[in-house]
Amino acid sequence: MAEVTIPIGPIHPALKEPERFMITIEGETVVAADVRIGHIHRGIEKLAESKTYIQNLYLTERICGICSFTHTTNFSQATEEILGIEVPKRGVYLRTIVNELERIHSHLLWIGVAGHEMGFDTLFMYSWDDREIVQDLLEIMTGNRVNYAYNTIGGVRRDMSPEIAQKALKAMDKLEVAMQKYIDIGLNEDTILKRTQGVGVLSPADARRLTAVGPRLRASGIKYDVRKADPHAAYDEVPFEVITSDTHDVHGQYVVRALETLESIKMVRWMVTNLPDGDYRVKTPRKVPEGESFSRTEAPRGEDIHWLVANGTDKPERLKIRAPTYANIANVAFNLKGAHIADVPMIVAGIDPCMGCMDRVIIIDADKKTQTVTDEAGLWKFANDWYANGGKK
Amino acid sequence: MFENLVTWSRVKSPWVYHLNSGSCNGCDIEILAALMPRFDAERFGVLLQGTPRHADVVVATGPVTEQLKEKVIRCYEQVPEPKFVVAVGQCAISGAIFDGSYCTHGGIDKIIPVNAYIPGCPPKPEAILDGVVKLLTSLTEG
Ligand code: SF4
Repeated sequence: MAEVTIPIGPIHPALKEPERFMITIEGETVVAADVRIGHIHRGIEKLAESKTYIQNLYLTERICGICSFTHTTNFSQATEEILGIEVPKRGVYLRTIVNELERIHSHLLWIGVAGHEMGFDTLFMYSWDDREIVQDLLEIMTGNRVNYAYNTIGGVRRDMSPEIAQKALKAMDKLEVAMQKYIDIGLNEDTILKRTQGVGVLSPADARRLTAVGPRLRASGIKYDVRKADPHAAYDEVPFEVITSDTHDVHGQYVVRALETLESIKMVRWMVTNLPDGDYRVKTPRKVPEGESFSRTEAPRGEDIHWLVANGTDKPERLKIRAPTYANIANVAFNLKGAHIADVPMIVAGIDPCMGCMDRVIIIDADKKTQTVTDEAGLWKFANDWYANGGKK
Repeated sequence: MFENLVTWSRVKSPWVYHLNSGSCNGCDIEILAALMPRFDAERFGVLLQGTPRHADVVVATGPVTEQLKEKVIRCYEQVPEPKFVVAVGQCAISGAIFDGSYCTHGGIDKIIPVNAYIPGCPPKPEAILDGVVKLLTSLTEG
């Protein structure tokens, strides 16, 4: 059977963001996958050098609109470290609360998008509707629904009044009920089980080798979470569990994300009730002394790293960012090989790709031939059996 | 008479195509949120299409990156006449925070003609709906 190469993207209805996947198929099976990234490269790292630290907060926020808060947290933490500033306890807690709210909204968003990719649009509608609960809370807390502009160097920009705290607790109760529903759906609904079980299996060894991060890594059974491994903000005080799954597939990722959301809901509740008194920010000088610092956080999609070099002026010398999707895209390319063509969207959606985050650097995945050669016999057999059975497994 | 009918059906059921030209995603999730149950753009007949060839209105976000410039033009050319472009978000209007970068073009209207602008970073779903409705009303008024 002849090999056919199908370009998917960069502008394609299945992808919400422009990115290109070159998929070589043989029959119905993918024999090679090439990911071409960089379509949304906006030159953010270079731009950061021309803006002041305060302006950079707004720039780093716009690396990605979905996990914007994690980027500003990272950037402020890195700057605070060079400045040698201690953020007041209340500020740290408020930061952590918004970080967790962001995780809740992002995971609910993923559940919806995953539902959409598997043709289960009802789930999409329900989860996006429940997501509005978090969005409303974020709006009353920070003033905006998406790019919150809540972080600042030295703390956060607004306090949390007792009324907002009450609203937050109420919202958490509502969300907990909603999350139980999604967990139930995820574990019992046939559509989800059929489309996700055994799809995109990544063994723990491969996950380590291909630098998987976040829920993808934890779904491969590796208990690693930056919030526990290298606690930043208030994570060393807040009680929570790191969720893992031993199924290693896309279904595992669903379960990890759903249970993680439940953990986040509990964390927010704990932090709101135990919110320390005092200031929520300190004033900081505009110029940052010479120095280097490194900060990492657990974004909804995985480990996010900022490395900052300051040169004594009010603008950074260099800012290097490594966002989670960049680390995860290698394992997507790996998982696509040998997959069934109908499973391609699920595998890609599985890591919850965020191209906006990733596209600040350009790489071309060069890992092609080997996999095709070793797997060829098996793939031939698969393709032949597939057709012999009239297109059924 | 026939003209009126065509305008009427176009206004009652605009099919939109969402074109991301390098946005931060903020506007894109708000556009999706506008289509979701809470705001429900479908009650105005708005339907999201997977291909530019079926679309009446292109909802574009992002400052147009160097790599996507050609593709944005190609998508625009595939939309059948008459076509309308709505630029959603500050960076689609002027490049905003990405202005001055070596690889963005500073707004959709530098590349393709734009009919309506919806400012905000990101605009709220209500604002996006409002913008689309305003564009449609302007059509009925000629
Ligand atoms: S206008 Fe703002 S929120 Fe919208 S895509 Fe541009 S940077 Fe993101």
